[in-house]
Amino acid sequence: MSDFLRSYLTVGIFGLIGVALVGVFLGLGKILRPNKPTLAKTEAYESGVEPTGDMWSQANIRYYVFALLFVMFDVEAVFIFPWATRLEAYGTFGLIEMAIFIFILLLGLLYAWRKGVLKWA
Amino acid sequence: MIAQLDSTVARPEITWDGLLPILTLGVGALLLVLFRSLMKQLPKAAADQAVPVIGGVTVIAMWVVGGFAGTDVPLAGLRDGLGDPVFFLGLLIMVGLGGWFAQYLRLSVDAALTVMIGLTSLAATWGVWTDRYEIDGAFGLVGDQLGADGFSLVITGVIASAIVLVALLLDDYLEREGMAGADMYVLMLFSGAGGAVMASANDLIVLFLALETLSIAVYVMAAMHMRRSESQEAGLKYFVLGAFSSAFLLYGIALTYGAVGSTNLIVIADFLEQNRLVEDGLLMAGMAMLLVGLGFKVAAAPFHAWTPDVYQGAPTPVVAFMASAVKAAGFAALVRVFVTTFADHADDWQPAVYALAILTLVVGSFMAIVQRDAKRMLAYSSISHAGFILVGVQAASNEGVSSVLFYAVAYTFLVIGSFGVLSIVSGEGDRGTSLDHLDGLSTRRPALALALTVFLLAQAGVPLTSGFVAKFAVIGAAVEARSYWLAIAAMVTAVVSAFLYLRIILSMYLGQAEDDAPTIRVPRAAGLAIIVALVITVGFGLVPGELDDITRDAIPVLIAAG
Repeated sequence: MSDFLRSYLTVGIFGLIGVALVGVFLGLGKILRPNKPTLAKTEAYESGVEPTGDMWSQANIRYYVFALLFVMFDVEAVFIFPWATRLEAYGTFGLIEMAIFIFILLLGLLYAWRKGVLKWA
Repeated sequence: MIAQLDSTVARPEITWDGLLPILTLGVGALLLVLFRSLMKQLPKAAADQAVPVIGGVTVIAMWVVGGFAGTDVPLAGLRDGLGDPVFFLGLLIMVGLGGWFAQYLRLSVDAALTVMIGLTSLAATWGVWTDRYEIDGAFGLVGDQLGADGFSLVITGVIASAIVLVALLLDDYLEREGMAGADMYVLMLFSGAGGAVMASANDLIVLFLALETLSIAVYVMAAMHMRRSESQEAGLKYFVLGAFSSAFLLYGIALTYGAVGSTNLIVIADFLEQNRLVEDGLLMAGMAMLLVGLGFKVAAAPFHAWTPDVYQGAPTPVVAFMASAVKAAGFAALVRVFVTTFADHADDWQPAVYALAILTLVVGSFMAIVQRDAKRMLAYSSISHAGFILVGVQAASNEGVSSVLFYAVAYTFLVIGSFGVLSIVSGEGDRGTSLDHLDGLSTRRPALALALTVFLLAQAGVPLTSGFVAKFAVIGAAVEARSYWLAIAAMVTAVVSAFLYLRIILSMYLGQAEDDAPTIRVPRAAGLAIIVALVITVGFGLVPGELDDITRDAIPVLIAAG
């Protein structure tokens, strides 16, 4: 086995320890804790509110577009943060690049807005 | 970690004029979104004038952008042109003709703009080819990430032409299906820009990004027909399987990186040339994954399962785009990664491609025979064409690469023509795509029947068409590379698939149309697209010399920065 592949061994051991640790703690808890289920205890916890309906409730399809738009700007943030820490190194060129990037994303928002998906009614 | 980074980041060297063909497509798409978002409805006074004006502007844009892309001192050439009265007059006449022609075709504004962007990109490609590539040879575009060589230029040209022709087909289709709007055109332009980047990528990561740009737009295009459930199904199927294949490709890139230590194709090629890997398991696995990922995109068997369903369900002009531009870009990536970069490991990947090619040929031609639906038939036939192109890839030689290019160019026009005719014949909602609907087409629409006959004969590889020359080149390359069995398999399956094309032709000429068959209306724009495809198909069949020279000049090279 080459050195390169052997270094995967570390990854493997790390993973195994992780799995074992979770197993040990969950198992320990299972052995040690008293088990007295009552009706109130088995109910789903919903922030202290009494749970209603079943779990296969449908969400409004309109949320879908908002989720998409959210992802768009989420990804933008993912790119902007590391870029911001290194802005000095990138200089003007980097600034223009980011401006183009944001412009393209804003174009998407503009398109969505003109398409009328931002109106809830 | 941050302390180790340089205080300044080297700005990549960008050759803007060489980038023009790609930039035109990408920026054109962005501007089209911007324009259509800001102005949904043109003011009444402008609406009638818009299309002829766009036609005229197209001519000027082609001239200016082509000039900028071509010469080192761009403005001088343009100024000299304007100074020459004969040239100036000629330009004015062309502008007038462009305007009149756009009006005559009754294009919508969106389609006219898309055609303009496509033609401008084509002109830029032409400019880069004649004034830069033929003189100075290949050059880098963006650092060592993108490079322009003859290979990428030809593929870019193919994609730009596909965009123009498909836009002409789409114009009436979208109107007919009640889907009019800029969305489809914008997606097509984005996809085309991705394809062009993919053809010029010199780095696996750039290649992957371009592939995603190309594919994601096409997934949406396949599902654009909201009221047809088949279209939705096609989009979803294509998306799920495409995402799956992207994962394969990405994994392949990761493993290759693990084996070689770089994702840059130049570095990989140099490394493999100078070193023999003692343990090449990682590299082998990486190459296999890359082959699977790209095999999905070009619909090579056994990764072809999505093709018939997606081709049948997606809107017909979109299928024309998928079968031409997307496939060309996929093969461009395949050639650049395998033939050029892994050249020193050809002995390792050639047998795999050999097997893929035979399987693809057999599956494509035999499965096509049993279909009852013309679109499905052509889907399988496109698989068998992918098999032919793989035969050229397998040769792993310069002959092989130029035959691949020739095939890709010829096939692009063939398939756009074929699906163009189908799109017109199938009528509203793409319903009439079964063979019965083609019955008696020769009496209902003799010209359409004749056009489809030529396209099908060319696909079968009948002499005097571009299909024959392409098949001849591919098989010639296989023989040159001493892959005799592969060449024989290609010839036999060509005969088998000829049966299928003849069956369609027979039903057009000998079948009886039902009395209540709807009349077929041939829109001018789609008619023009079919005529162009027809002229090119027969033209390259009769006089293949030009295209042959071009494809021989267009051997892919990897350009280091500097």
